[in-house]
Amino acid sequence: MSREGALSADARTLFDTSLHIRLYFTLFFIIHSGALILANSEVTLSARNLTRRFGNQEVIHDLSLELRRGEVLGLLGHNGAGKSTTLKMLTGCLPPSGGGITVCGVDLLKNSCQAKQHIGYLPETPPLYRELSVHDFLTFAAKLRGMAAKEVPAAVTETQQRCGLESVSRKLIATLSKGYQQRVGIAQAIIHRPAVIVLDEPTVGLDPAQIRDIRALIRELGNSSSVILSTHLLSEVENVCDRVEIMQRGKLIYSDSSAGMKHYKDVSGFTLTLRNPPPLAELASIAGVQHVEAISATQFRILHTAETNPSSALLTLATQNNWQLEQLTPLHTSLEEVFMKITDAESALTGVAR
Amino acid sequence: MIRLLAMRELRSLFSQPSTWFILALLQFVFAWFFLGRTETFLEIQPQLTQLANPPGVTAVVAVPLFNTLALLLMMLTPLFTMRLIAEERRNQTFALLLSAPISSAHIVLGKCLGLLIFLLLMMATVPLMLWSLAIGTHLDQGLIFSNLLGLALLTTSYIAIGAYFSALTAQPIIAAISALITLVGLWLADMLATSATSPWHMLSPLYHFQNFNSGLLDNRDAAFFVLLSATLLILTVRKVQQRVD
Repeated sequence: MSREGALSADARTLFDTSLHIRLYFTLFFIIHSGALILANSEVTLSARNLTRRFGNQEVIHDLSLELRRGEVLGLLGHNGAGKSTTLKMLTGCLPPSGGGITVCGVDLLKNSCQAKQHIGYLPETPPLYRELSVHDFLTFAAKLRGMAAKEVPAAVTETQQRCGLESVSRKLIATLSKGYQQRVGIAQAIIHRPAVIVLDEPTVGLDPAQIRDIRALIRELGNSSSVILSTHLLSEVENVCDRVEIMQRGKLIYSDSSAGMKHYKDVSGFTLTLRNPPPLAELASIAGVQHVEAISATQFRILHTAETNPSSALLTLATQNNWQLEQLTPLHTSLEEVFMKITDAESALTGVAR
Repeated sequence: MIRLLAMRELRSLFSQPSTWFILALLQFVFAWFFLGRTETFLEIQPQLTQLANPPGVTAVVAVPLFNTLALLLMMLTPLFTMRLIAEERRNQTFALLLSAPISSAHIVLGKCLGLLIFLLLMMATVPLMLWSLAIGTHLDQGLIFSNLLGLALLTTSYIAIGAYFSALTAQPIIAAISALITLVGLWLADMLATSATSPWHMLSPLYHFQNFNSGLLDNRDAAFFVLLSATLLILTVRKVQQRVD
């Protein structure tokens, strides 16, 4: 009995030791993988409880947001929602009435000079000295952002290349078209390789080809820095942003990944045009169809569950029974509608007309 | 950083056709006035020789010339200072400076320094004209120096006043008119105060320039200019810090 007890005691110590080792290793891994995650997504910009009043009117209410390295955040909202005011505060152009902002760990309100080194900002109207040439202006911008004199020429050349400005390098900014001026505006914001790039409606007034170029550039910038851009174009958010924050009347009312928002918009269903339609009940009886609605004599709207898609069954039936299928279009609520839904829901909730 | 901003300001000034137009007209006015005074001197020279202690060429030509220049400056400075901050606000280029890692004091000092260099360059032809007289006669260099020093101090204080009004508004024209009215008002306060001991005299920059103009270097006058400029520059910096767009 005593022998058995001694053995079991031995076994227990052995077990305890192994448990300790295992626990140690687990902790080790947790701590180190945690550190790895933190290093991967360092917070570059964080705003806490920002408020801004103009006179008695509070235009930004208690706004908090966080931006990580390698992330493109879209700030979406109607005109007058407070997007530009928010961005002005985040870049130190407008002191907030309350709250705090940290850029790369430096307090923007206390050590503004140090914090602003990490910021590149393109305001709504690009801040350009029209009487300077593109090259001279970018040189000025680089020096203004505190770049060392010997690094400036290389940075100017590289930025001109990135923004497609080499051909107009020696031209006066005043003589450039709106699209080129916008590019110069973006160039001055990225020339010093800031960790945080703030772009206020960067694609306004550009033609479709330029919009595509700029969006590609923003995506590329999003790989190495954090980008926050404001827009009222939903396609921009879909194409460019990793994450979206919807703003209305000075508040952030919705926040999700851009993909999540896309998911939001997918409604399972399609519209169907049949030149020789069967009775409605026959369409409704197809497996997976939840709801059929006749839009006109030949057009139908069919809704189904997300898991089962009856379209292939329907196609087979259509050929078998000679329904003369003309069109089958999947239903897409546009992001626009999702946006309206979200902002309307918020309006209804607060009981204020938008 | 201050130098960078000052150079930018200068470049922008010189790239505008209007600057060159004003410069050309002013040089014409300076030269005209200089010739007029020189001619007067040549005319009255025979009478001057009969005086026991006659005023020299510097007193007859340079002193009135600098005096006129000081008056002209009062009208001209607001035209240049109005752009300093108000135009940047109006063109929305101020955001570039505000989002850059520089302090408001650097912005204000850089801009004012750029304009000061410009105005001094603009007036630089006047002493050159005077020194050209040295070919034919002896000049009172001390008197010219005290005038130049006084003029530089006067210009600085005018720029500081103009910059403050420019920081108050986004409309350059409003900045120009308010600065002009302030400068003319200070001058009138000096002119209209009949009593020699009236405190109104002390407020006027032009009154303090009179001593420099007559070759008298007085600490109190210099201190007045320094204090006036410093106060207004500090007020301007504070206004820029508040950043009311």
